[in-house]
Amino acid sequence: MHPSPDPGIWLAAILTLAGFSFLWRDNPFFKVMEHMLVGVSAGYYLVQYAYSALYKKLYVPLVVQGNLLFAGCAILGLMVFARLFPKRSWLSRYPVAFYVAAGAGYSIPSTIQARVVKQMQVTMVNFLDQGSVIAVISGFLLFLGVVTVLLYFFFSAEHRGVLGAASKIGIVTLMIGFGASFGYTVMSRITLLIGRFQFLLGDWLGFL
Amino acid sequence: MFRRTIPTILAFVVGVFMIVQFFVPHPVLQTLYNMVLDWKQVVFGCVLIVGTLTLVRHHAVRIRFRKQGYGYSVIALVSLFAMVLAGAVWGIEKGPYPWLFDYVQIPGQATMFSLLGFFIATAAYRSFRARNVTATLLLLSGVIVMLGRVPAGEHIAVAGVSLSDLATWILDYPNNAAKRGILIGVGLGMTSTALKIIIGIERSYLGKGD
Repeated sequence: MHPSPDPGIWLAAILTLAGFSFLWRDNPFFKVMEHMLVGVSAGYYLVQYAYSALYKKLYVPLVVQGNLLFAGCAILGLMVFARLFPKRSWLSRYPVAFYVAAGAGYSIPSTIQARVVKQMQVTMVNFLDQGSVIAVISGFLLFLGVVTVLLYFFFSAEHRGVLGAASKIGIVTLMIGFGASFGYTVMSRITLLIGRFQFLLGDWLGFL
Repeated sequence: MFRRTIPTILAFVVGVFMIVQFFVPHPVLQTLYNMVLDWKQVVFGCVLIVGTLTLVRHHAVRIRFRKQGYGYSVIALVSLFAMVLAGAVWGIEKGPYPWLFDYVQIPGQATMFSLLGFFIATAAYRSFRARNVTATLLLLSGVIVMLGRVPAGEHIAVAGVSLSDLATWILDYPNNAAKRGILIGVGLGMTSTALKIIIGIERSYLGKGD
């Protein structure tokens, strides 16, 4: 056993153990770790955005480069703080409207391209041209699965007859997919858990 | 008018501009587009400050009125100010700022997410029951993927196919089919919601009241 002499490793190990103590029940050690994490995370993102957004995207163009167009951006940014004053909080609707609409306008073409057209393209184009018989069957099942899942979410007609049968295949596909996603999520969390134990037994205590 | 109508008009103008610039790659539009993206980041930065101020106010009130567990609020505020101070004084590249990130934030987040593994597993134990065909399929595919992702999965075979290969096939085909179907549906839903926002039918983001 060769415990690490690094105080940072000791702090990380104590916080890890405090986090795991929640498996027993909610307790003061966990709460200390939880509040420390909240404070440090909030501070981390605040500093990151203060540097990458406010300094690089506002201070540099407006003050250093003298681009007066960015004065509008500064006013919009200041209007956000009206949220803190109930009587003037309506002023914050301007930056919110700007932000939401810019995101909405940006998302329309990009969403259609990435989430609709591209997904349809990789599902439909050449799905039978795969090489082996297994791959062709799998490609066909993928195509059938996507179509039937979409039909399952089609509520403009009653799910009877052909539509009913197709939606049943759709729900089978969805259930297999949900089960697989669940299993995958559990395993990714287990991987993190193993990582924490490797840290405790290896980096901290020096057993590994 | 200034409280609701003009913000709605602003949303319409900005939204239409963002769509148009995608189809018209003119240099002027591209410059304006980059500027809108920069402005968006600045607005987000200000929103983050307002959010942090609200967090500080919440904990400050707890400390001021000595509410139960106010000591934890002290810890949260001290951690927050320590991080901000570290970044402001020593910079973000070296010193206590990356140190706190490496030894507090990273292990803390990893521990929190690894705890979720236990809770997901116990929730599954309570809710996963092979009551009917679809529930059985959910259970089976979950079990196959979990077993297939560990080294033992390579040595367990069903009809000559290892669980590892079966898990990969399930993830690549049925799981992909379900995900794509949902993605296409979500994509269409997002597009219609975005259009409603731009046109002004959806205004909940403006909040209630005048």
